[in-house]
Amino acid sequence: MKLITAIIKPFKLDDVREALSEIGVDGLTLTEVKGFGRQKGHTELYRGAEYSVDFLPKMKLEIAVETSFVERVVEAITTSARTGKIGDGKIFVTSIDQIVRIRTGETDNSAI
Amino acid sequence: MKALLLIVLSFLSVPAMASEAELSGSNTAWILTSTALVLLMTLPGLALFYGGLVRRKNILSILMQCFAIAGISSVLWLVVGYSLAFGEGNDWIGDFSKVMMNGISKDTLSGDIPESLFMLFQMTFAIITPALIIGGYAERIKFKAVLLFSGIWLLAVYAPIAHWVWGGGWLAKLGIYDFAGGIVVHITAGVAALVAALVIGPRHGFPKTPMMPHNLTMTVTGAGLLWVGWFGFNGGSALAANGDASMAMLVTHISAAMGALTWAAIEWKKFGKASVLGAVTGMVAGLGTITPASGFVGPGGALVIGLLAGIVCFYATVYIKQTLKIDDSLDVFPVHGVGGILGTLLVGVFASTSLGVFSGFGFADGIATMAGQVKVQLIGIVASIVYTAAVTWLILKVVGLMTGGLRVSLEQETTGLDLIEHDESGYNL
Repeated sequence: MKLITAIIKPFKLDDVREALSEIGVDGLTLTEVKGFGRQKGHTELYRGAEYSVDFLPKMKLEIAVETSFVERVVEAITTSARTGKIGDGKIFVTSIDQIVRIRTGETDNSAI
Repeated sequence: MKALLLIVLSFLSVPAMASEAELSGSNTAWILTSTALVLLMTLPGLALFYGGLVRRKNILSILMQCFAIAGISSVLWLVVGYSLAFGEGNDWIGDFSKVMMNGISKDTLSGDIPESLFMLFQMTFAIITPALIIGGYAERIKFKAVLLFSGIWLLAVYAPIAHWVWGGGWLAKLGIYDFAGGIVVHITAGVAALVAALVIGPRHGFPKTPMMPHNLTMTVTGAGLLWVGWFGFNGGSALAANGDASMAMLVTHISAAMGALTWAAIEWKKFGKASVLGAVTGMVAGLGTITPASGFVGPGGALVIGLLAGIVCFYATVYIKQTLKIDDSLDVFPVHGVGGILGTLLVGVFASTSLGVFSGFGFADGIATMAGQVKVQLIGIVASIVYTAAVTWLILKVVGLMTGGLRVSLEQETTGLDLIEHDESGYNL
Protein backbone atom coordinates (compact mmCIF):
# COMPACT_ATOMS: atom_id res chain seq x y z
CA MET A 1 0.00 0.00 0.00
CA LYS A 2 1.30 3.38 -0.96
CA LEU A 3 0.30 6.95 -0.32
CA ILE A 4 0.74 9.19 -3.33
CA THR A 5 1.02 12.86 -2.41
CA ALA A 6 0.94 15.20 -5.36
CA ILE A 7 1.49 18.95 -5.27
CA ILE A 8 0.06 20.55 -8.38
CA LYS A 9 -0.86 23.92 -9.83
CA PRO A 10 -4.39 24.88 -8.81
CA PHE A 11 -5.60 25.43 -12.37
CA LYS A 12 -4.63 21.84 -13.28
CA LEU A 13 -6.89 20.32 -10.63
CA ASP A 14 -9.80 19.54 -12.97
CA ASP A 15 -7.53 17.84 -15.53
CA VAL A 16 -5.89 15.72 -12.85
CA ARG A 17 -9.23 14.79 -11.30
CA GLU A 18 -10.47 13.65 -14.71
CA ALA A 19 -7.35 11.64 -15.48
CA LEU A 20 -7.56 9.89 -12.11
CA SER A 21 -11.24 9.05 -12.63
CA GLU A 22 -10.41 7.51 -15.99
CA ILE A 23 -7.95 5.06 -14.49
CA GLY A 24 -10.35 4.22 -11.67
CA VAL A 25 -9.10 6.07 -8.61
CA ASP A 26 -11.93 5.83 -6.09
CA GLY A 27 -11.03 8.51 -3.58
CA LEU A 28 -8.64 11.24 -2.75
CA THR A 29 -8.10 14.00 -0.22
CA LEU A 30 -7.56 17.53 -1.41
CA THR A 31 -5.95 20.38 0.52
CA GLU A 32 -5.27 23.96 -0.52
CA VAL A 33 -1.65 24.58 0.44
CA LYS A 34 1.11 27.11 -0.04
CA GLY A 35 4.76 26.51 -0.72
CA PHE A 36 7.69 27.00 -2.99
CA GLY A 37 10.29 25.01 -4.87
CA ARG A 38 12.67 26.11 -7.60
CA GLN A 39 10.00 28.45 -8.83
CA LYS A 40 10.53 30.47 -5.64
CA GLY A 41 7.80 33.00 -4.95
CA HIS A 42 6.76 36.10 -6.74
CA THR A 43 7.05 39.78 -5.96
CA GLU A 44 4.29 42.23 -5.17
CA LEU A 45 4.65 45.98 -5.49
CA TYR A 46 2.87 48.45 -3.25
CA ARG A 47 3.51 52.11 -4.02
CA GLY A 48 6.86 51.19 -5.48
CA ALA A 49 7.91 49.05 -2.50
CA GLU A 50 8.75 45.51 -3.51
CA TYR A 51 7.67 42.63 -1.28
CA SER A 52 8.74 39.11 -2.09
CA VAL A 53 6.03 36.55 -1.46
CA ASP A 54 7.72 33.20 -0.90
CA PHE A 55 4.71 30.96 -0.74
CA LEU A 56 2.62 30.29 -3.80
CA PRO A 57 -0.82 28.68 -3.73
CA LYS A 58 -0.83 24.98 -4.68
CA MET A 59 -3.15 22.00 -4.38
CA LYS A 60 -2.14 18.90 -2.48
CA LEU A 61 -3.74 15.59 -3.43
CA GLU A 62 -3.39 12.54 -1.24
CA ILE A 63 -4.31 9.17 -2.76
CA ALA A 64 -3.93 5.79 -1.09
CA VAL A 65 -3.52 2.90 -3.58
CA GLU A 66 -2.45 -0.72 -3.85
CA THR A 67 1.23 -0.96 -4.61
CA SER A 68 0.62 -2.45 -8.06
CA PHE A 69 -1.47 0.58 -9.00
CA VAL A 70 1.13 3.22 -8.11
CA GLU A 71 2.76 3.49 -11.49
CA ARG A 72 -0.47 4.18 -13.38
CA VAL A 73 -1.57 6.82 -10.90
CA VAL A 74 1.78 8.58 -11.00
CA GLU A 75 1.70 8.46 -14.79
CA ALA A 76 -1.82 9.91 -14.92
CA ILE A 77 -0.94 12.78 -12.60
CA THR A 78 2.33 13.53 -14.34
CA THR A 79 0.65 13.69 -17.73
CA SER A 80 -2.38 15.68 -16.70
CA ALA A 81 -0.64 18.20 -14.40
CA ARG A 82 2.27 19.04 -16.66
CA THR A 83 2.53 22.41 -18.39
CA GLY A 84 6.27 22.19 -19.02
CA LYS A 85 6.83 25.43 -17.14
CA ILE A 86 8.48 25.92 -13.78
CA GLY A 87 6.24 25.30 -10.77
CA ASP A 88 4.33 22.27 -12.08
CA GLY A 89 4.78 20.53 -8.73
CA LYS A 90 5.97 17.18 -7.34
CA ILE A 91 4.73 13.70 -6.56
CA PHE A 92 5.83 11.83 -3.44
CA VAL A 93 5.22 8.11 -2.98
CA THR A 94 5.41 6.79 0.58
CA SER A 95 4.60 3.49 2.20
CA ILE A 96 1.51 2.97 4.32
CA ASP A 97 1.71 0.68 7.36
CA GLN A 98 -1.96 0.30 7.99
CA ILE A 99 -5.35 1.44 6.69
CA VAL A 100 -8.65 1.16 8.52
CA ARG A 101 -12.08 2.03 7.12
CA ILE A 102 -13.81 3.55 10.10
CA ARG A 103 -17.38 2.65 9.13
CA THR A 104 -16.84 -1.10 8.65
CA GLY A 105 -13.60 -1.85 10.41
CA GLU A 106 -12.11 -3.26 7.15
CA THR A 107 -8.35 -2.98 6.98
CA ASP A 108 -5.52 -2.48 4.51
CA ASN A 109 -6.16 -3.24 0.80
CA SER A 110 -9.86 -3.82 1.30
CA ALA A 111 -10.13 -0.49 3.07
CA ILE A 112 -8.65 1.56 0.22
CA MET B 1 -54.02 100.02 -11.31
CA LYS B 2 -50.97 98.29 -12.70
CA ALA B 3 -48.84 101.36 -12.05
CA LEU B 4 -50.12 101.57 -8.51
CA LEU B 5 -49.26 97.94 -7.96
CA LEU B 6 -45.75 98.54 -9.20
CA ILE B 7 -45.32 101.47 -6.83
CA VAL B 8 -46.57 99.40 -3.92
CA LEU B 9 -44.31 96.53 -4.88
CA SER B 10 -41.32 98.82 -5.19
CA PHE B 11 -41.96 100.09 -1.67
CA LEU B 12 -42.31 96.57 -0.42
CA SER B 13 -38.96 95.63 -1.91
CA VAL B 14 -37.13 98.57 -0.35
CA PRO B 15 -36.38 96.98 3.02
CA ALA B 16 -34.98 93.89 1.33
CA MET B 17 -32.77 95.92 -0.98
CA ALA B 18 -31.57 98.03 1.89
CA SER B 19 -30.33 95.09 3.94
CA GLU B 20 -26.68 94.10 3.46
CA ALA B 21 -27.19 90.55 2.38
CA GLU B 22 -29.97 88.14 1.84
CA LEU B 23 -29.97 84.43 2.25
CA SER B 24 -29.51 82.62 -1.03
CA GLY B 25 -31.50 79.41 -1.08
CA SER B 26 -29.54 77.94 -3.95
CA ASN B 27 -26.16 78.67 -2.40
CA THR B 28 -27.35 77.32 0.92
CA ALA B 29 -28.59 74.14 -0.72
CA TRP B 30 -25.28 73.56 -2.44
CA ILE B 31 -23.19 74.13 0.68
CA LEU B 32 -25.49 71.84 2.68
CA THR B 33 -24.77 69.21 0.03
CA SER B 34 -21.05 69.97 -0.02
CA THR B 35 -20.88 69.65 3.75
CA ALA B 36 -22.28 66.15 3.53
CA LEU B 37 -19.81 65.33 0.74
CA VAL B 38 -16.83 66.51 2.79
CA LEU B 39 -17.90 64.42 5.78
CA LEU B 40 -18.14 61.49 3.35
CA MET B 41 -14.43 62.00 2.70
CA THR B 42 -13.47 61.15 6.27
CA LEU B 43 -16.30 58.81 7.17
CA PRO B 44 -16.19 56.48 5.35
CA GLY B 45 -13.75 57.56 2.60
CA LEU B 46 -10.49 58.10 4.43
CA ALA B 47 -11.36 55.48 7.05
CA LEU B 48 -11.63 52.76 4.39
CA PHE B 49 -8.74 54.10 2.32
CA TYR B 50 -6.39 53.98 5.29
CA GLY B 51 -8.07 50.93 6.84
CA GLY B 52 -7.27 48.72 3.88
CA LEU B 53 -3.64 49.82 3.89
CA VAL B 54 -2.82 48.60 7.40
CA ARG B 55 -2.36 45.02 8.53
CA ARG B 56 -5.36 42.97 9.51
CA LYS B 57 -4.67 43.33 13.22
CA ASN B 58 -4.96 47.13 13.09
CA ILE B 59 -7.99 47.74 10.88
CA LEU B 60 -10.33 48.66 13.72
CA SER B 61 -7.81 51.03 15.26
CA ILE B 62 -7.82 53.06 12.03
CA LEU B 63 -11.61 53.13 11.77
CA MET B 64 -11.86 54.05 15.44
CA GLN B 65 -9.30 56.84 15.14
CA CYS B 66 -11.25 58.37 12.24
CA PHE B 67 -14.52 58.21 14.17
CA ALA B 68 -12.99 59.47 17.40
CA ILE B 69 -11.33 62.39 15.63
CA ALA B 70 -14.63 63.25 13.95
CA GLY B 71 -16.12 63.47 17.45
CA ILE B 72 -13.33 65.42 19.07
CA SER B 73 -12.89 67.88 16.23
CA SER B 74 -16.62 68.55 16.00
CA VAL B 75 -16.95 69.32 19.69
CA LEU B 76 -13.79 71.43 19.86
CA TRP B 77 -14.76 73.29 16.70
CA LEU B 78 -18.06 74.27 18.31
CA VAL B 79 -16.53 75.16 21.67
CA VAL B 80 -13.59 77.25 20.53
CA GLY B 81 -11.99 76.12 17.25
CA TYR B 82 -14.31 78.01 14.91
CA SER B 83 -13.84 81.18 16.92
CA LEU B 84 -10.05 80.86 16.89
CA ALA B 85 -10.05 80.32 13.13
CA PHE B 86 -12.81 82.66 11.98
CA GLY B 87 -13.28 85.11 14.84
CA GLU B 88 -11.94 88.54 13.91
CA GLY B 89 -8.90 88.57 16.19
CA ASN B 90 -5.64 89.77 14.72
CA ASP B 91 -3.30 88.72 11.89
CA TRP B 92 -2.23 85.58 13.71
CA ILE B 93 -5.25 84.11 15.44
CA GLY B 94 -8.97 84.68 15.80
CA ASP B 95 -10.60 85.50 19.12
CA PHE B 96 -13.16 84.12 21.54
CA SER B 97 -16.08 86.13 20.17
CA LYS B 98 -17.72 83.09 18.57
CA VAL B 99 -17.07 80.59 21.35
CA MET B 100 -19.98 78.13 21.49
CA MET B 101 -21.50 79.95 18.48
CA ASN B 102 -21.99 82.96 20.72
CA GLY B 103 -24.23 85.53 19.03
CA ILE B 104 -24.94 83.32 16.06
CA SER B 105 -28.58 82.45 15.55
CA LYS B 106 -30.25 80.55 12.75
CA ASP B 107 -30.78 83.86 10.97
CA THR B 108 -27.14 84.99 11.14
CA LEU B 109 -25.55 85.01 7.70
CA SER B 110 -22.02 84.48 6.52
CA GLY B 111 -22.07 86.00 3.05
CA ASP B 112 -25.40 84.80 1.76
CA ILE B 113 -25.53 81.44 3.52
CA PRO B 114 -26.33 80.80 7.19
CA GLU B 115 -23.28 81.17 9.39
CA SER B 116 -24.28 77.94 11.12
CA LEU B 117 -23.80 76.24 7.75
CA PHE B 118 -20.47 77.94 7.06
CA MET B 119 -19.32 76.85 10.50
CA LEU B 120 -20.49 73.28 9.85
CA PHE B 121 -18.87 73.19 6.40
CA GLN B 122 -15.60 74.34 7.95
CA MET B 123 -16.04 71.78 10.72
CA THR B 124 -15.84 68.97 8.17
CA PHE B 125 -12.44 70.33 7.08
CA ALA B 126 -11.38 70.44 10.73
CA ILE B 127 -12.36 66.77 10.95
CA ILE B 128 -10.49 65.46 7.95
CA THR B 129 -7.22 67.29 8.61
CA PRO B 130 -6.21 65.60 11.89
CA ALA B 131 -7.69 62.38 10.49
CA LEU B 132 -5.27 62.54 7.57
CA ILE B 133 -2.36 62.62 10.04
CA ILE B 134 -3.15 59.19 11.50
CA GLY B 135 -1.57 57.62 8.42
CA GLY B 136 1.83 58.81 9.64
CA TYR B 137 1.72 57.01 12.96
CA ALA B 138 -0.60 54.11 12.11
CA GLU B 139 -0.20 50.69 13.76
CA ARG B 140 1.86 51.70 16.80
CA ILE B 141 0.37 54.59 18.77
CA LYS B 142 -1.67 54.51 21.96
CA PHE B 143 -5.32 55.44 21.47
CA LYS B 144 -5.25 58.00 24.27
CA ALA B 145 -2.25 59.65 22.60
CA VAL B 146 -4.26 59.95 19.38
CA LEU B 147 -7.12 61.63 21.22
CA LEU B 148 -4.93 64.13 23.06
CA PHE B 149 -2.70 64.86 20.08
CA SER B 150 -5.57 65.38 17.65
CA GLY B 151 -7.48 67.71 19.96
CA ILE B 152 -4.52 69.87 20.88
CA TRP B 153 -3.24 69.90 17.29
CA LEU B 154 -6.59 71.10 15.98
CA LEU B 155 -6.52 74.14 18.24
CA ALA B 156 -2.80 74.88 18.16
CA VAL B 157 -1.99 74.22 14.50
CA TYR B 158 -5.09 73.92 12.35
CA ALA B 159 -7.11 76.81 13.76
CA PRO B 160 -4.34 79.44 13.58
CA ILE B 161 -3.28 78.46 10.06
CA ALA B 162 -6.92 78.43 8.91
CA HIS B 163 -7.07 81.97 10.33
CA TRP B 164 -3.90 83.04 8.51
CA VAL B 165 -5.24 81.83 5.18
CA TRP B 166 -9.04 81.98 5.34
CA GLY B 167 -9.90 83.97 8.46
CA GLY B 168 -8.46 87.31 7.32
CA GLY B 169 -5.00 86.68 8.80
CA TRP B 170 -1.61 87.77 7.52
CA LEU B 171 -1.37 85.35 4.60
CA ALA B 172 -4.85 86.34 3.41
CA LYS B 173 -3.72 89.98 3.49
CA LEU B 174 -0.66 89.13 1.40
CA GLY B 175 -3.03 87.74 -1.25
CA ILE B 176 -2.30 84.05 -0.82
CA TYR B 177 -4.25 81.64 -2.98
CA ASP B 178 -5.49 78.54 -1.19
CA PHE B 179 -8.94 77.76 -2.50
CA ALA B 180 -9.85 74.65 -0.54
CA GLY B 181 -6.95 73.86 1.75
CA GLY B 182 -3.65 73.06 0.03
CA ILE B 183 -1.93 74.81 2.92
CA VAL B 184 -4.59 74.62 5.60
CA VAL B 185 -5.37 70.94 5.13
CA HIS B 186 -2.76 69.12 3.07
CA ILE B 187 0.52 70.80 3.99
CA THR B 188 -0.36 70.90 7.68
CA ALA B 189 -1.51 67.26 7.73
CA GLY B 190 1.42 66.05 5.62
CA VAL B 191 4.07 67.84 7.67
CA ALA B 192 2.46 66.78 10.95
CA ALA B 193 2.39 63.15 9.79
CA LEU B 194 6.07 63.28 8.86
CA VAL B 195 7.02 64.82 12.20
CA ALA B 196 4.89 62.25 14.02
CA ALA B 197 6.53 59.41 12.10
CA LEU B 198 9.97 60.73 13.09
CA VAL B 199 9.11 61.36 16.74
CA ILE B 200 7.29 58.05 17.25
CA GLY B 201 9.73 56.01 15.22
CA PRO B 202 9.16 53.27 12.68
CA ARG B 203 6.91 50.26 13.16
CA HIS B 204 8.74 47.26 14.56
CA GLY B 205 10.40 45.45 11.69
CA PHE B 206 10.34 48.40 9.29
CA PRO B 207 11.71 48.40 6.62
CA LYS B 208 12.73 44.73 6.50
CA THR B 209 9.50 42.97 7.39
CA PRO B 210 6.85 43.14 4.69
CA MET B 211 3.85 45.13 5.94
CA MET B 212 1.51 44.64 3.06
CA PRO B 213 -1.93 46.27 2.87
CA HIS B 214 -4.45 43.80 4.25
CA ASN B 215 -7.39 44.71 2.02
CA LEU B 216 -6.89 46.74 -1.12
CA THR B 217 -10.55 46.32 -2.04
CA MET B 218 -11.36 48.42 1.01
CA THR B 219 -8.69 50.95 0.03
CA VAL B 220 -10.07 51.33 -3.48
CA THR B 221 -13.61 51.71 -2.12
CA GLY B 222 -12.39 54.44 0.22
CA ALA B 223 -10.47 56.13 -2.59
CA GLY B 224 -13.62 56.19 -4.71
CA LEU B 225 -15.51 57.85 -1.87
CA LEU B 226 -12.70 60.38 -1.49
CA TRP B 227 -12.93 61.29 -5.16
CA VAL B 228 -16.68 61.88 -4.89
CA GLY B 229 -16.37 63.72 -1.58
CA TRP B 230 -13.71 66.00 -3.01
CA PHE B 231 -16.38 67.55 -5.22
CA GLY B 232 -17.84 69.02 -2.05
CA PHE B 233 -14.41 69.86 -0.68
CA ASN B 234 -13.36 71.98 -3.66
CA GLY B 235 -16.71 72.72 -5.30
CA GLY B 236 -18.17 73.78 -1.97
CA SER B 237 -15.27 76.10 -1.25
CA ALA B 238 -16.75 78.54 -3.76
CA LEU B 239 -19.41 78.99 -1.04
CA ALA B 240 -21.94 79.47 -3.81
CA ALA B 241 -23.75 77.48 -6.46
CA ASN B 242 -22.20 79.25 -9.39
CA GLY B 243 -19.60 79.12 -12.14
CA ASP B 244 -16.73 79.20 -9.61
CA ALA B 245 -18.08 76.05 -8.01
CA SER B 246 -18.61 74.20 -11.26
CA MET B 247 -15.21 75.19 -12.61
CA ALA B 248 -13.58 74.16 -9.31
CA MET B 249 -15.33 70.82 -9.55
CA LEU B 250 -14.30 70.33 -13.15
CA VAL B 251 -10.62 71.04 -12.52
CA THR B 252 -10.74 68.80 -9.44
CA HIS B 253 -12.04 65.94 -11.51
CA ILE B 254 -9.53 66.48 -14.33
CA SER B 255 -6.58 66.61 -11.95
CA ALA B 256 -7.68 63.42 -10.16
CA ALA B 257 -8.08 61.57 -13.44
CA MET B 258 -4.71 62.74 -14.71
CA GLY B 259 -3.00 61.94 -11.42
CA ALA B 260 -4.35 58.38 -11.48
CA LEU B 261 -3.28 57.81 -15.09
CA THR B 262 0.16 59.30 -14.52
CA TRP B 263 1.01 57.25 -11.44
CA ALA B 264 -0.21 54.07 -13.13
CA ALA B 265 1.79 54.89 -16.27
CA ILE B 266 5.00 55.43 -14.29
CA GLU B 267 4.57 52.06 -12.59
CA TRP B 268 3.80 50.38 -15.88
CA LYS B 269 6.98 51.78 -17.40
CA LYS B 270 9.13 51.17 -14.35
CA PHE B 271 7.84 47.85 -13.04
CA GLY B 272 6.02 46.35 -16.01
CA LYS B 273 2.52 46.57 -14.51
CA ALA B 274 0.07 49.28 -13.52
CA SER B 275 -1.00 48.59 -9.94
CA VAL B 276 -4.43 49.38 -8.54
CA LEU B 277 -2.95 50.94 -5.40
CA GLY B 278 -0.77 53.09 -7.64
CA ALA B 279 -3.74 54.33 -9.64
CA VAL B 280 -5.77 55.29 -6.59
CA THR B 281 -2.76 56.87 -4.89
CA GLY B 282 -2.12 58.95 -8.00
CA MET B 283 -5.75 59.99 -7.91
CA VAL B 284 -5.48 61.18 -4.30
CA ALA B 285 -2.24 63.00 -5.18
CA GLY B 286 -4.03 64.71 -8.07
CA LEU B 287 -6.87 65.72 -5.75
CA GLY B 288 -4.59 67.04 -3.02
CA THR B 289 -2.51 68.99 -5.51
CA ILE B 290 -5.42 70.69 -7.28
CA THR B 291 -7.07 71.61 -3.97
CA PRO B 292 -5.34 74.98 -3.38
CA ALA B 293 -5.60 75.83 -7.06
CA SER B 294 -9.10 74.63 -7.76
CA GLY B 295 -10.89 78.01 -7.84
CA PHE B 296 -8.16 79.82 -9.70
CA VAL B 297 -7.03 77.63 -12.59
CA GLY B 298 -8.69 76.37 -15.74
CA PRO B 299 -8.98 72.80 -17.03
CA GLY B 300 -5.73 73.08 -19.01
CA GLY B 301 -3.85 74.06 -15.87
CA ALA B 302 -5.58 71.22 -14.00
CA LEU B 303 -4.34 68.70 -16.55
CA VAL B 304 -0.75 69.82 -16.03
CA ILE B 305 -1.22 69.93 -12.25
CA GLY B 306 -2.58 66.36 -12.26
CA LEU B 307 0.32 65.19 -14.40
CA LEU B 308 2.92 66.82 -12.17
CA ALA B 309 1.13 65.52 -9.06
CA GLY B 310 1.43 61.96 -10.38
CA ILE B 311 5.12 62.31 -11.15
CA VAL B 312 6.30 64.33 -8.15
CA CYS B 313 4.26 62.48 -5.52
CA PHE B 314 5.33 59.10 -6.92
CA TYR B 315 9.02 59.88 -6.60
CA ALA B 316 8.48 61.58 -3.24
CA THR B 317 6.85 58.40 -1.92
CA VAL B 318 9.73 56.21 -3.04
CA TYR B 319 12.27 58.71 -1.72
CA ILE B 320 10.77 59.17 1.75
CA LYS B 321 10.15 55.52 2.43
CA GLN B 322 12.83 53.65 0.59
CA THR B 323 15.71 56.09 0.45
CA LEU B 324 15.27 58.02 3.69
CA LYS B 325 13.64 55.01 5.42
CA ILE B 326 11.13 57.14 7.25
CA ASP B 327 8.08 55.13 8.25
CA ASP B 328 5.37 57.64 7.41
CA SER B 329 3.32 54.49 7.28
CA LEU B 330 0.55 55.35 4.86
CA ASP B 331 2.57 57.96 2.91
CA VAL B 332 0.74 61.03 4.18
CA PHE B 333 3.60 63.46 3.58
CA PRO B 334 4.60 62.39 0.07
CA VAL B 335 1.01 62.23 -1.14
CA HIS B 336 -0.76 65.04 0.77
CA GLY B 337 2.10 67.21 1.98
CA VAL B 338 4.09 67.20 -1.23
CA GLY B 339 0.87 67.46 -3.25
CA GLY B 340 -0.24 70.42 -1.15
CA ILE B 341 3.13 72.15 -1.56
CA LEU B 342 3.20 71.51 -5.29
CA GLY B 343 -0.35 72.73 -5.83
CA THR B 344 0.13 75.79 -3.65
CA LEU B 345 3.13 76.71 -5.76
CA LEU B 346 1.54 75.87 -9.11
CA VAL B 347 -1.55 77.99 -8.49
CA GLY B 348 0.85 80.95 -8.64
CA VAL B 349 1.69 79.86 -12.17
CA PHE B 350 -1.58 78.58 -13.60
CA ALA B 351 -3.74 81.39 -12.22
CA SER B 352 -2.08 83.51 -14.90
CA THR B 353 -4.39 84.72 -17.66
CA SER B 354 -1.65 84.72 -20.28
CA LEU B 355 -0.91 81.01 -20.73
CA GLY B 356 -3.25 80.36 -23.65
CA VAL B 357 -5.32 77.22 -23.11
CA PHE B 358 -3.54 76.69 -19.78
CA SER B 359 -4.69 80.05 -18.41
CA GLY B 360 -6.51 80.60 -15.16
CA PHE B 361 -8.56 83.43 -13.76
CA GLY B 362 -5.93 85.93 -12.71
CA PHE B 363 -3.80 86.77 -9.68
CA ALA B 364 -4.93 88.08 -6.34
CA ASP B 365 -5.86 91.73 -5.91
CA GLY B 366 -2.75 93.87 -5.81
CA ILE B 367 -0.54 91.21 -7.39
CA ALA B 368 0.37 91.88 -11.01
CA THR B 369 2.88 89.22 -11.97
CA MET B 370 3.39 85.49 -11.80
CA ALA B 371 6.57 86.04 -9.80
CA GLY B 372 4.63 88.14 -7.32
CA GLN B 373 1.96 85.48 -6.80
CA VAL B 374 4.51 82.64 -6.61
CA LYS B 375 6.46 84.60 -3.99
CA VAL B 376 3.37 84.95 -1.80
CA GLN B 377 2.60 81.25 -2.28
CA LEU B 378 6.16 80.36 -1.25
CA ILE B 379 5.92 82.49 1.87
CA GLY B 380 2.74 80.63 2.78
CA ILE B 381 4.33 77.24 2.14
CA VAL B 382 7.44 77.95 4.21
CA ALA B 383 5.54 79.57 7.06
CA SER B 384 3.02 76.74 7.29
CA ILE B 385 5.72 74.06 7.16
CA VAL B 386 7.86 75.70 9.84
CA TYR B 387 4.97 76.48 12.17
CA THR B 388 3.34 73.06 11.73
CA ALA B 389 6.59 71.16 12.20
CA ALA B 390 7.62 73.06 15.33
CA VAL B 391 4.26 73.03 17.08
CA THR B 392 3.47 69.43 16.12
CA TRP B 393 6.81 68.33 17.56
CA LEU B 394 6.08 70.20 20.78
CA ILE B 395 2.59 68.73 21.07
CA LEU B 396 3.92 65.21 20.53
CA LYS B 397 6.51 65.70 23.27
CA VAL B 398 3.89 67.02 25.70
CA VAL B 399 1.40 64.28 24.86
CA GLY B 400 4.21 61.74 25.24
CA LEU B 401 4.77 62.95 28.78
CA MET B 402 1.05 62.91 29.53
CA THR B 403 0.57 59.35 28.27
CA GLY B 404 3.80 57.76 29.49
CA GLY B 405 5.11 57.43 25.95
CA LEU B 406 3.22 57.71 22.70
CA ARG B 407 3.80 54.12 21.63
CA VAL B 408 2.36 50.84 22.72
CA SER B 409 4.88 48.22 23.84
CA LEU B 410 6.59 45.93 21.36
CA GLU B 411 4.49 43.02 22.53
CA GLN B 412 1.31 45.04 22.11
CA GLU B 413 2.37 46.26 18.69
CA THR B 414 2.95 42.66 17.62
CA THR B 415 -0.47 41.63 18.88
CA GLY B 416 -2.11 44.54 17.08
CA LEU B 417 -3.95 47.64 18.20
CA ASP B 418 -7.44 46.21 17.62
CA LEU B 419 -7.11 43.78 20.50
CA ILE B 420 -4.77 45.87 22.63
CA GLU B 421 -6.67 49.15 22.51
CA HIS B 422 -10.23 48.11 21.80
CA ASP B 423 -10.61 44.45 22.79
CA GLU B 424 -12.12 43.66 19.42
CA SER B 425 -11.06 42.00 16.16
CA GLY B 426 -11.91 43.32 12.74
CA TYR B 427 -12.45 39.85 11.34
CA ASN B 428 -13.81 36.70 12.90
CA LEU B 429 -13.85 34.48 9.85
